[in-house]
Amino acid sequence: MVTVKFTQALKRFYPLLKEQTVEATSLLDVIQKLNIQYVGIQAYILDEQNQLRKHVNIFINNNLIEDRKTLTDRIKSGDEIYFMQALSGG
Amino acid sequence: MSATHLLVGTRKGLAIYHKKNDQWNYETMHFSGIPVSIAYADPATHFWWACLDHGHWGVKLHRSNNQGKTWEEVAAPAFPEGSEIKEGLPATTQYIWSLQNGGLDRPGHLWLGTVPGGLFKSEDNGDSFHLVESLWEEPTRTTDWFGAGMDHPGIHSILIDPRNSDHIFVGISCAGTYESVDNGKSWTIRNKGLYASFLPDPYAEVGHDPHLLRFCEAKPEVLWQQNHCGVYRSEDSGLNWKEVSDKTKNVYFGFPIEVSKTDPLKAWIFPSKSDEERTAINGGLSVCRTDDGGQTWNVFRKGLPQEACFDIIYRHCLVANEQTVAFGTTCGNLFISEDEGASWTCLNNYLPLIYSLQFV
Repeated sequence: MVTVKFTQALKRFYPLLKEQTVEATSLLDVIQKLNIQYVGIQAYILDEQNQLRKHVNIFINNNLIEDRKTLTDRIKSGDEIYFMQALSGG
Repeated sequence: MSATHLLVGTRKGLAIYHKKNDQWNYETMHFSGIPVSIAYADPATHFWWACLDHGHWGVKLHRSNNQGKTWEEVAAPAFPEGSEIKEGLPATTQYIWSLQNGGLDRPGHLWLGTVPGGLFKSEDNGDSFHLVESLWEEPTRTTDWFGAGMDHPGIHSILIDPRNSDHIFVGISCAGTYESVDNGKSWTIRNKGLYASFLPDPYAEVGHDPHLLRFCEAKPEVLWQQNHCGVYRSEDSGLNWKEVSDKTKNVYFGFPIEVSKTDPLKAWIFPSKSDEERTAINGGLSVCRTDDGGQTWNVFRKGLPQEACFDIIYRHCLVANEQTVAFGTTCGNLFISEDEGASWTCLNNYLPLIYSLQFV
């Protein structure tokens, strides 16, 4: 089980979004399971080729993931995963 | 029919103006804080559409069946898995640059143009979109199309012939105009007569930059385009283009062009200063109109600021409906004319950057 936390910014589109635990074997697995509960959220985090969107960050514990294209950074039980927006825009 | 609403897609949401007692008044802002690249009211279904360009969360598409009282998000058009802009460069929908119904006789049909150059079609009123493979696989796309102002090519103009909904034109920057007479199954290049000063061969078949493509609804074989290199008109459905610029009146560089729905000789452009600078000309705003098919142009300034202005207007930001004309600028200024552009009234100086206008 991993713990998943979200930026407040995503709650504008998914008001029921809250910190939770997920049984998953990979980052993509985490996102796909979230997408069942919060329909469409995958498209907010990833593009249609399953790459992390340019201005979205994922942290595993305190570490920014390295593989934004295929999401191969490994996760293990007990990890905390943060979905955050990059500080960009104007 | 006279318009009662003006949809204003802006950098910070969809602003609605409402005409009541002959006055245009600001009504509300939908999607506050979110860029709206295109706002579109479909005359076939009366649905309103908002194409959102979230900085962080990607391109989204929303529709409303009650004039904006409520909105519903639908799945944005997505490229099939494995699609590539070029070899090794995955294709993703980066921007929605045009949305057009498939003809009044086909309610629920929609065409949607994107950066990086994908044309999408829906036949279920946006419940689903599919990539129009015939244009995506067009042989010139990977060799001769390129970005202009965007990282990749974009489809900003989609025209459906009111007499025959199988007859379609798309405008692409940079590539040019493509025509289909079989509902998008096949495409023909229509750039003959255009000059592209930015190409090694200015008369190349493909690689032109039609900033916007429009036609006269009452006579759709008459096409107009504000090109990167002048204003052009065609009287034969794009088989041949003829330049109708007038540099003495600054009718040359700009982004939008609007065409009368009923008079194929009448069009408006908003001149801007040169490709190199892209600002208002001599610090003042003006609108130019021709009533004779581009042989002569009249310059109108009444009611428009004539000093210390730096506005330009983007391609989807000059619209006309009967006698009423409106434009919105990069500096958030919104002007309206009730006499075909001869005189202007400012509706707002403080909107966000404006991306699109449509009368409803």
